[in-house]
Amino acid sequence: MKSNKFGYLIHEGFKSIFTHGFMSFATITIVVACLVIMGSFSLIAVNIDKMISTLESNNQIIGYVEETLSENEAKALQPKIEALANVRSCQFVTREEAMKEFASQYDDQSLFKDVDASVFRDRYIIYLDDISLMSQTEQSLYNITGIAKVNAFLQVAQGFVTVRNVVSAVSMVLIVILVIVSVFIMANTIKLATFSRREEIAIMKMVGASNSFIRFPFVVEGLMLGLFGGILAFLIEWGIYDVVTNKVMQSIVGNLVTVVPFNEVKLVMLAIYAGVGLVVGAFGSSIAIRNYLKV
Amino acid sequence: MVKFEDVSMIYPGGDAKAIDDMTFTIEDGEFVFLVGPSGSGKTSVIKLITGEVGACEGTLNVNGFDLLHIHRHKLPAMRRTIGVIFQDFRLIEDKTVFDNVAFAMHVVGATPGEIKRRVPYVLELVGLTGREKRFPKEISGGEQQRVAVARAIVNSPSLLIADEPTGNLDPARSLELMLLMDKINEMGTTVLVVTHEKELVNSFSKRVVAIDEGRVISDGMDGYYSYEIE
Repeated sequence: MKSNKFGYLIHEGFKSIFTHGFMSFATITIVVACLVIMGSFSLIAVNIDKMISTLESNNQIIGYVEETLSENEAKALQPKIEALANVRSCQFVTREEAMKEFASQYDDQSLFKDVDASVFRDRYIIYLDDISLMSQTEQSLYNITGIAKVNAFLQVAQGFVTVRNVVSAVSMVLIVILVIVSVFIMANTIKLATFSRREEIAIMKMVGASNSFIRFPFVVEGLMLGLFGGILAFLIEWGIYDVVTNKVMQSIVGNLVTVVPFNEVKLVMLAIYAGVGLVVGAFGSSIAIRNYLKV
Repeated sequence: MVKFEDVSMIYPGGDAKAIDDMTFTIEDGEFVFLVGPSGSGKTSVIKLITGEVGACEGTLNVNGFDLLHIHRHKLPAMRRTIGVIFQDFRLIEDKTVFDNVAFAMHVVGATPGEIKRRVPYVLELVGLTGREKRFPKEISGGEQQRVAVARAIVNSPSLLIADEPTGNLDPARSLELMLLMDKINEMGTTVLVVTHEKELVNSFSKRVVAIDEGRVISDGMDGYYSYEIE
């Protein structure tokens, strides 16, 4: 394509946004509405996932050390445990610390004054990367010489895994449905905007314009409207999210839940919003004019 | 040159022939009136020439393009050899007079310099100097039709087709337009005018091709439009 033709088509695409102001406004509004609904739901899903992850990360395995091992020998097991796959970290707890921790659960400390710490074992509190692999990690711990017993709360772990899987599946299905519905609505709005310009397209065809010549300004226009709608939706979503999360944190449930700060996800959100806007705008407009190009 | 040889055409989904075994030739530089009653096939002839519909059988050549076997991608190149004027002008409402004409030059990849030189010249030729910045709604019907003429000839097509160009104009403006078409023809462009206007046709001594029911029923040089319109 010659550069003067290219420049003309880019210029026509931009100009058309303003000459068809109302339809541009309608398209941007629909893009914003769809993206905000879609984005809000995605953010809820991200927060639920984060909460489950936090709860999961507090889930731990306790590995008891053989009684015959001295404290130094017991401490020497730490690198072996940390080297196991799926072990995020581990913390050594001596018999004395274990007894103190146990005794602290009771009000009457005199009950323990004659108890020797040797009845307790040195132990490791082990945190995992993925609790769905807890049973495998438990087995690996048993394979370490010096580990006498492992307490793994497999049922609790399984419960978390089930909840996470259900939430992920439901979120994914709903997000996919919302994406499809949004793309359909946005593409149809663009189609409606294009319908009013079918006569213009027919004139272009009649003077010998090629399909790409006709399509290009529409695609530029669709891209710009989609991108603008995406950025606008991102800013609105940011505002809504900040207001809602502030209200939640100030309320009574604020102590029970943790929310993902928008700053943590803003770049991803901006990329997704702008990307969806661009793709829907470009594809929507090129699909919309396809029928009018068949003359 | 336009050459119809035993051309037949049925619209998709239709069963009757809109064009039935039609044969006629328009040589380069000719001025031809195509006349006939409503439903006779005049619009179908134009649609065939512009490649809007395809012929089913026969031989159809327009400016060196074989339209029976032309690839869809080559249609734009063929259409650039033709200028078309419609009864309803078909101007782009949100473009100025200048831009409506310049638009056809952008299609063929003309440079801004070429457009700046050529468009004022063509607007002057059709008598629209001073109207460049007006929008179609701001000028009269006759002027809108002259914008359509300017757009049709700006790329110097070898064939100019006018489909009922005077249908929305009063007699004085119609005559003016036909004189303009005659002037364009004198400059070397082949002109095909489709019309109902008996008196207008008869006031020019040109070739008249009359059609009915998709067939040529008379073809005469310095013809006279004697066919009675129902």
